Amino acid sequence: MATDFTANELMVCQAARQLRDGEVVFVGIGLPNVACNLARRLHAPDLVLIYESGAVGAEPERLPISIGDPSLVTDSLSVCSMFDVFNYYLQGGLIDVGFLQGAQIDRVGNLNTTVIGDYARPKVRLPGSGGACEIALLAKRVFVIAPQSKRSFPERVDFITSPASRGGPAMVVTDLGCYEFVNGEMVLTSIHPGCTVEQVRDNTGWDVAIAEELKITERPTSEELNLIRDRITGFSA
Amino acid sequence: MQMKEAIDRFVHDGDSIIIEGFTHLICFAAGHEIIRQRRRELTVCRLTPDLIYDQLIGAGCVRRLVFSWAGNPGAGPLHALRRSVEQGVPNSIELEEYSHFGMVARLAAGAAKLPFYPLRNYQGSDLPRVNPLIKTVTCPFTGEELAAVPALNPDTAIIHVQRADENGNAHVWGLMGVQKEAAFAALKTIVVAEEIVPESVIRSDPNRTLIPGLVVDAVVHEPFGCHPSYAQGYYDRDNDFYVRWRELSQDIKKFNSYLDEWVYGVRDRAEYVERMGASLDQLKAREHFCEPVNYGY
Repeated sequence: MATDFTANELMVCQAARQLRDGEVVFVGIGLPNVACNLARRLHAPDLVLIYESGAVGAEPERLPISIGDPSLVTDSLSVCSMFDVFNYYLQGGLIDVGFLQGAQIDRVGNLNTTVIGDYARPKVRLPGSGGACEIALLAKRVFVIAPQSKRSFPERVDFITSPASRGGPAMVVTDLGCYEFVNGEMVLTSIHPGCTVEQVRDNTGWDVAIAEELKITERPTSEELNLIRDRITGFSA
Repeated sequence: MQMKEAIDRFVHDGDSIIIEGFTHLICFAAGHEIIRQRRRELTVCRLTPDLIYDQLIGAGCVRRLVFSWAGNPGAGPLHALRRSVEQGVPNSIELEEYSHFGMVARLAAGAAKLPFYPLRNYQGSDLPRVNPLIKTVTCPFTGEELAAVPALNPDTAIIHVQRADENGNAHVWGLMGVQKEAAFAALKTIVVAEEIVPESVIRSDPNRTLIPGLVVDAVVHEPFGCHPSYAQGYYDRDNDFYVRWRELSQDIKKFNSYLDEWVYGVRDRAEYVERMGASLDQLKAREHFCEPVNYGY
């Protein structure tokens, strides 16, 4: 049945499956945090979670409300200053995967979290980069989890907060499908159960490339769903 | 020193200030006192201007914001900031925008009294296009082109800590953000402490002293001074308030009546805490102690 899981649950599972055991991940709150904690309980028990707030090897007991939640500190491996996080961990090349979100992502993989419209006279002022710009440039692989619409998938973002680097993000998963970057351009590689290519086209701001062997995204397993719903505290998709 | 005196002496109209603390240990008590003393034309610096800077901006204290992520962490946008940027209400403010790494690097240069800091960043981003202070520099050894950001040396830093002695030697644990860099970079530093302890307590665990008294100009004792943010080991974040702020800040009348009741309507933090009453008790931290270490030799 296509209705026995939510789009958020599918996105979380898809991201979790691509994390490898032993990797060091720069985590954000929300869905990336759930994906990392899911992977840690399944195939990647030795995944190391680093938060930009300075918590290294965090094992939060509750779902962190913010990136600076005190539960990230209690029982973590190390708590360091933000100087250390950005200089030694991120610029030092220790981060395998960085999660990014964006109000907009474009054809080549640039992300925008700064403004919609003109910078000087914005239609909507967004929060800005935070650590996103440097994560995009310095993490070895970038994962993006984002809901998809024509507005959020324009041909070119209004403002490049986080530039596409190393050929673009390693993975983009939306509520409609999964994408990879081939020759610097976003390509639909799998479509979620119950979604159509027409839906994808209707929700993309350019004529999106489609892989020759388009797959159907694997459904979440009951084990994955149980873990998300029962064990990863407080999460409801 | 009382907060009133510390702000009176060390925060003046037109000054640049930094109230640091990454989600953790954000000194709302100082922000409220700045609003009460009706400071104007401030340049306010902070990686993550959250509710307290939203309040300063909405109260008309701010001329320029230097930052890297402006939002209500985990709970949405900052509406007073957006009103100021999008509509010029109560006044428009200038934005000087970096990324977190850029702000960290600026403070590190400021603390070390270097003119700038080099970093591998910003290539391909639009941030340097809208902020001419993000430049590039060529490495004299390898020829590599690096990004460079200028030192940040605010007039005054306000740093909340868990405990300090009367000279400002300050113990901090949990998230440390950029507090140390900010304290060393600023011309004047105010340390605000949950507890004032004897110097012997500080000396019993010197590795935990994040900020030495020798860079501190004023010490203020202010229990619950971070509320609604949190202090590890003392109290949790008042997340209900962070969520409610969305509604309070969205409507200018609600915003103003919040300030009337909780900022202008109280003499100081002690009265704020008294009025909050039992609701603060629910936020008190449970005990979770570390293993002691042996400093003997």
